[in-house]
Amino acid sequence: MSDIILSARHLHKTYRQRSGRFGFGNTIIKALDDVSIDLRAGSTLAVVGESGSGKSTLARCLLQLQPLDSGEILFQGRDLAKMSAKALRHERRHLQMIFQDPFASLNPRMKVGEIVGEGLLIHRLGSLEQQRAKVVSMLKRVGLEESDMQKYPHEFSGGQRQRIGIARALVLEPKVVVCDEPVSALDVSIQAQILLLLKELQQEMSLSYIFISHDLRVVRHIADEVAVMHNGRLIEQGRVGEVYAAPREQYTQNLLKSIPGRKHAAVQHV
Amino acid sequence: MSELLKIEGLTVTPVAAPAKLLVNDVSFSLASGKTTCIVGESGSGKSLTALSIMGLLSKQLQRTQGRVIFQGQDLAALDNEQLRQIRGRKIGMIFQEPMTSLNPVLKVGYQIGESLAVHLGLKGQALHSRVAQLLEQVGIPPSRTNSYPDELSGGQRQRVMIAMSIACEPAMLIADEPTTALDVTVQAQILQLLDELRCRLDMGMLFITHDFGVVADIADDVVVMFRGQIVESGPVDQVLHNPQHPYTRALLACVPDTEGKKPLRPIDYSWLNEEEAPA
Repeated sequence: MSDIILSARHLHKTYRQRSGRFGFGNTIIKALDDVSIDLRAGSTLAVVGESGSGKSTLARCLLQLQPLDSGEILFQGRDLAKMSAKALRHERRHLQMIFQDPFASLNPRMKVGEIVGEGLLIHRLGSLEQQRAKVVSMLKRVGLEESDMQKYPHEFSGGQRQRIGIARALVLEPKVVVCDEPVSALDVSIQAQILLLLKELQQEMSLSYIFISHDLRVVRHIADEVAVMHNGRLIEQGRVGEVYAAPREQYTQNLLKSIPGRKHAAVQHV
Repeated sequence: MSELLKIEGLTVTPVAAPAKLLVNDVSFSLASGKTTCIVGESGSGKSLTALSIMGLLSKQLQRTQGRVIFQGQDLAALDNEQLRQIRGRKIGMIFQEPMTSLNPVLKVGYQIGESLAVHLGLKGQALHSRVAQLLEQVGIPPSRTNSYPDELSGGQRQRVMIAMSIACEPAMLIADEPTTALDVTVQAQILQLLDELRCRLDMGMLFITHDFGVVADIADDVVVMFRGQIVESGPVDQVLHNPQHPYTRALLACVPDTEGKKPLRPIDYSWLNEEEAPA
């Protein structure tokens, strides 16, 4: 079947960490231990896990922002891990990332118009006027205005900054977007707005999402499939409804049992 | 049911801008052995409310009005020295960040023992065994008394913070987002621990959170804040299942459920005047 747009096979990644008092010791940490995933075109695959489970390492390795120890990442049939830097740069247009912290991931010295337009400039997509028009329409699509192009990131709230980050990633019309905890720094009201926006944009632009999250309630809402990571290993994956209804692994069961609000699980349906 | 804390008309403003009401005429009460959750979004004034109860507002802020009656005594009328007798002894406090709230160069046993020495005058073997007992109560092996905070995990550090805050068996515990920085399984353990301690010590607990799931799990009563004001308060079942205020309803509609049945709704501010609604 060719509806798999991104496929990772047997990914391995270890870190060496200083340990012991004063850091004289060395510990090898397996951040990714034989991890394989498939992302279907137009769908959302959520990767869940607790801190240190390796989910952010997976996100970074999938986009080759970090080198792997071994394994292959097939995007449209070609292995990203074996590509030259130049070829990879070309592919990056189709592989974009939305980051967790909207305060740290936008260059404070660049205007919003420059931040969102930079990718178009680098990939030389269209004339300057065309690029500007694209930036304007993308900003409008995420709920910002043309006049916001002249502003700096600090002039915006957290939710608005996340909208800028989304516009920056999506203006290139990518195929795969890796969202690394995109709503975990936001208030619940803003979180709902951003989740709804991401879903709408997925439909309109036929995007495929890898959605990294520790929030199982958010994942239940946005994902089609879910992969559970623990200590660098992928311990369970499947359709989100099935995994939530009948988790096979003890660890997944514990994780689901720990979601707050179970006591009043039927919080009203307004 | 004895009333432990009663807040009446609490108002907090910046010293430089007394017209800006960060906490605006807030009143509620808390009984011994019960948990009240203050829930709201960032900037709603929930943390400032907690800080002003203890007289811990920063110098740029001031309490302009209101009474904070704790065990029949108005805390707002006390001076710093008198407040110090109450903080840590009768009112315990836990903060969000267990990394920054602990002193990194002092052993955890020492940090737990500090309030025991100051408030109860314990020392020597008595102090040592009380610290060991406290560590055991919060689920840390007493052998950890000589560990430094960086040798503990996030959950263990928060347990140390809890041990410090309950060391003098306070009548009330104020917890400001104590589980927000923690993993979900650790959060569940910490919430359970706090609930057990509340029962055993018959403490009143004032719990600040932005998470309605946490509210559902631990609250007896809920206070919903929006822009410095209480928009709704009442027993947890009533507020969660039959919310009266449009803001509470709108906020609850933003919370994703675990079954994935409930459609997510963007927040609705149509109940506000046009000039008050956020962009």
